[in-house]
Amino acid sequence: MKSFRYLRAHSVEEATAAHAGRPGSRYLGGGTNLVDLMKMGVERPRTLIDVSGLPLDAVEELPDGSVRAGAAVRNSDLAAHPLVRDRYPVLAQALLSGASGQLRNAATTGGNLLQRTRCPYFQDLAKPCNKREPGTGCGAREGVHRDHAVLGHSPQCIATHPSDMAVALAALDAQVELHGAHGRRTVPAADFHRLPGDRPDLDTEIAPGELITGVRLPAATAGLPSAYRKARDRASYAFALASVAVVLDVDGSLVRDVRIAFGGLAHRPWRALRAERALVGGPVTEEAFGRAVDAELAAAEPLPDNAFKVPLARGIACDVLRRLSTAPTAA
Amino acid sequence: MPDTTSALGAPTERREGPAKVTGAARYAAEHLPGGLAHAWPVPATIARGEVASVDDTAALAVPGVVGVLTHLNAPRLGEADDATLAVLQDARVPHRGWYVALVVADTLEAAREGAAAVTVTYAEEPHDVTLDAASPAAYVPEDPDGNPDEHTRGNPDEAFAAAPVRVDVTYEVPPLHNHPMEPHAATARWEEGRLTVHDSSQGATAVRQTLASLFKLPEEQITVVSEHVGGGFGSKGTPRPHVVLASMAARETGRPVKLALPRRHLAAVVGHRSPTVQRLRLGAEADGTLTTLIHEVTSHTSRVKEFVETGAAVSRVMYPSPHARTGNRVLPLDVPSPSWMRAPGEAPGMYALESAMDELAVALGLDPVELRLRNDTRTEPDTGKPFSSRHLAECLREGARRFGWAERDPRPRSRAEGPVLIGSGVAAATYPVLVSPSRASAHAYPDGGYVIRVNATDIGTGARTVLAQVAADALGVPVDRVRTEVGSTDLPAAPLAGGSSGTASWGWAVHEACTRLARRLAGQLGQQLPPEGVGASADTEGTPDTNYAESEYARHAFGAHFAEVGVDAVSGEVRVRRLLGVFAAGHILNARTARSQFIGAMTMGLGMALTEHSTMDKAFGDFAESDLASYHVPVNADVPAMEAHWIDEDDPHLNPMGSKGIGEIGIVGTAAAIGNAVHHATGVRLRELPITPDKLVTAL
Repeated sequence: MKSFRYLRAHSVEEATAAHAGRPGSRYLGGGTNLVDLMKMGVERPRTLIDVSGLPLDAVEELPDGSVRAGAAVRNSDLAAHPLVRDRYPVLAQALLSGASGQLRNAATTGGNLLQRTRCPYFQDLAKPCNKREPGTGCGAREGVHRDHAVLGHSPQCIATHPSDMAVALAALDAQVELHGAHGRRTVPAADFHRLPGDRPDLDTEIAPGELITGVRLPAATAGLPSAYRKARDRASYAFALASVAVVLDVDGSLVRDVRIAFGGLAHRPWRALRAERALVGGPVTEEAFGRAVDAELAAAEPLPDNAFKVPLARGIACDVLRRLSTAPTAA
Repeated sequence: MPDTTSALGAPTERREGPAKVTGAARYAAEHLPGGLAHAWPVPATIARGEVASVDDTAALAVPGVVGVLTHLNAPRLGEADDATLAVLQDARVPHRGWYVALVVADTLEAAREGAAAVTVTYAEEPHDVTLDAASPAAYVPEDPDGNPDEHTRGNPDEAFAAAPVRVDVTYEVPPLHNHPMEPHAATARWEEGRLTVHDSSQGATAVRQTLASLFKLPEEQITVVSEHVGGGFGSKGTPRPHVVLASMAARETGRPVKLALPRRHLAAVVGHRSPTVQRLRLGAEADGTLTTLIHEVTSHTSRVKEFVETGAAVSRVMYPSPHARTGNRVLPLDVPSPSWMRAPGEAPGMYALESAMDELAVALGLDPVELRLRNDTRTEPDTGKPFSSRHLAECLREGARRFGWAERDPRPRSRAEGPVLIGSGVAAATYPVLVSPSRASAHAYPDGGYVIRVNATDIGTGARTVLAQVAADALGVPVDRVRTEVGSTDLPAAPLAGGSSGTASWGWAVHEACTRLARRLAGQLGQQLPPEGVGASADTEGTPDTNYAESEYARHAFGAHFAEVGVDAVSGEVRVRRLLGVFAAGHILNARTARSQFIGAMTMGLGMALTEHSTMDKAFGDFAESDLASYHVPVNADVPAMEAHWIDEDDPHLNPMGSKGIGEIGIVGTAAAIGNAVHHATGVRLRELPITPDKLVTAL
């Protein structure tokens, strides 16, 4: 059998030091994706550094009014936390729309961000995949790709990022906290995941050996009306055909501020900056919503079998914008 | 005196339930004989061609690997009726996923790692995996009677051209997979020339016959045990490659060998429901009377095995019309071999026929329940034989009453709750009554207990339980005095759990054995039974009553499905709100397990309608969906208020229990009822399953 070393880290420093000293290491959170990939041979780490027991399991309010969720907080716990439910409903909704109850009980905040695409070509060692094995080609582009990207894909890769949680984080202007051999830094959640370009093997901006220690939910988006909507093939336990996270701040009949992110459309959560710019300061009308979303989705380059994603994304985005703009202001 | 009159029909709890929920019940892969080795197969990575070379050096170097079997070193097997069982016999690769090697090791992990280390090169050939109904290579196979599977009555084309009201539509059903909860597995061991296999199978008798032929052994030297089976839905109806590989590996290594197929392999090696393209042409008078019915089905099969998804057969049973053509055609491709999946033929066939009937009702401006009532019949259209019983009309009326059909506004898109469009639909169901010869024995013991022995298979249906009820009823004793032993070839031979025929076939022999035992016991009233008990046996082989083919009656179960759906007008997501089935299937022998079968099959039909599909990857020649995250069976959240009811039929032409099979009819009309409800909700008629948001969102 393919043997690997297993280490249980007791502190962030110990974890990153262990990683730095052992090439081919992977951090292990809930293992809901990494262990599957190891069984399939897609991931072959030489060392697993278990970080699920690190003291990163708290959800807490910080003095500046932001909320910090530790990387080891389980998805179920994060979704159920009062600070999240009350101030960031879009995040709770996104979490609860993902996976199944059993998986959410195991999956961690950090691991959720680092899960890999479920593209079937990525998972099948007998088929080409530039993400798994750079230079081998993309089986999906000419193959089965109904579930694949319509925005920001490259000739190298048309995979989508599967996370629901990450879409909500992108819309909330959350920050991802990283700890590496060279210290700490934060990266905006919306910029944490990459577009494939010519390096589809790189999913995120994380540096080798860096460990996600938590995510920071800013005070600026706390308490704003927000919602997540996911369209899928069955009522639970299915990845998004398209999803949308919206945080909307309305001032009378005008949009004071808005943040929109799409899931299921691209290699990363797709922050709809063009649509946001078109809406801010403008009227709260269905026409304005439609025009703004159309402006964003004009960049879409659907493949033969996934053109439906454009009208689907448009429909659910406009629907959420309309609902949030007509709902009573959040308490 | 205990009341024994209610043994048949009572909602008796399934006997092995506690063993299953406590983990005491052991499945095929849970037997751990000493010295057990583990096997992992190597699937071909081309869609067509030949193995050019195999290099097992690296695999044999993996610590723990015991051996690598390929076509170069595997023993030659005897004759196989089913070519998919001729494993590792030659270099030919008929489809992607076909097994080209088997690695045996001390541990599962080593076997798996060894399998990954086997290097196979191929001489690849161009492949074709596209089902094109117009392909000249598609042909008309033989029907079960050996005649061409295209039946014609009158002049169907002329009648269609002349019909006042016409529907000409084509429906498509994608490849579907059985995916039982327990994947296919076998544990095999040889001891002094005797082979014992624990196999996950729907019929151990046939497994033993096949292994005897392949390994050139008398059947007496083989025991096949299928004590508990975690579902099959047809995919375990006949032996599958895993049982041959496990037996072969055990003989070659001299150790017991366990082979549990990984979920990701199943789509390629255990069968699937073939995709179908079905053209329906219905012609009717203005009052709805059908004048012509043309049902033409094309499905695919593999290059190694002809399997026909006989969708058109239902149109020989359902509705009378003076003119008809019903034909099944099949196209061999470089695809994995299709096989039985719950109601093979009937499920896709009735999806198309009952959807087309709905379209006809719309074209006529006639209520779809009324259209079916106007085309009811007492004789089977294709044969002219009278039905032994047919209560389709009663199912439709009773279903309509329970469902509240009368309040339905027939206009499409006439009802909404916010953005959710609501509609309802109806479809009929049918499934043939089948029976096969079986043996059984019954014994009475001095302690007042009885033991029934029959190599029936309980695939999760409650077979043990219902056979005890049959026995108790025939013996006139309380059911808790009767023990049933099933699931081993050491027991009297019996046919498979398939074709909704298990209970009828086994039960008939059990009833006969118990009747004989009761007679013997009646002759010994008051006498103490000997310690070894008193027994009787039965064999229904050759009895004229079980020969339905020669019978003057046509025997079928019927049913009616009603569905209410909500369609999100924004996303095109369809969720079923209510599903109701009413079935006429003879006497229902166990109200609890029957309900379970009906609603289980209806759930599977819901999956067929809305969530399940498999995509043939044209470039690589395999199915893209290879796990349960991507092959979407319905989850709890998809399964709404679901009701199954039945009309008790008193049909004297069936079997001593008066029962028809119930394992499959529940799936048959479900997909059409849901599709018709989607049309009613939205005004959009989608003719390709499943009805997923990608198809609906652009059509709304």
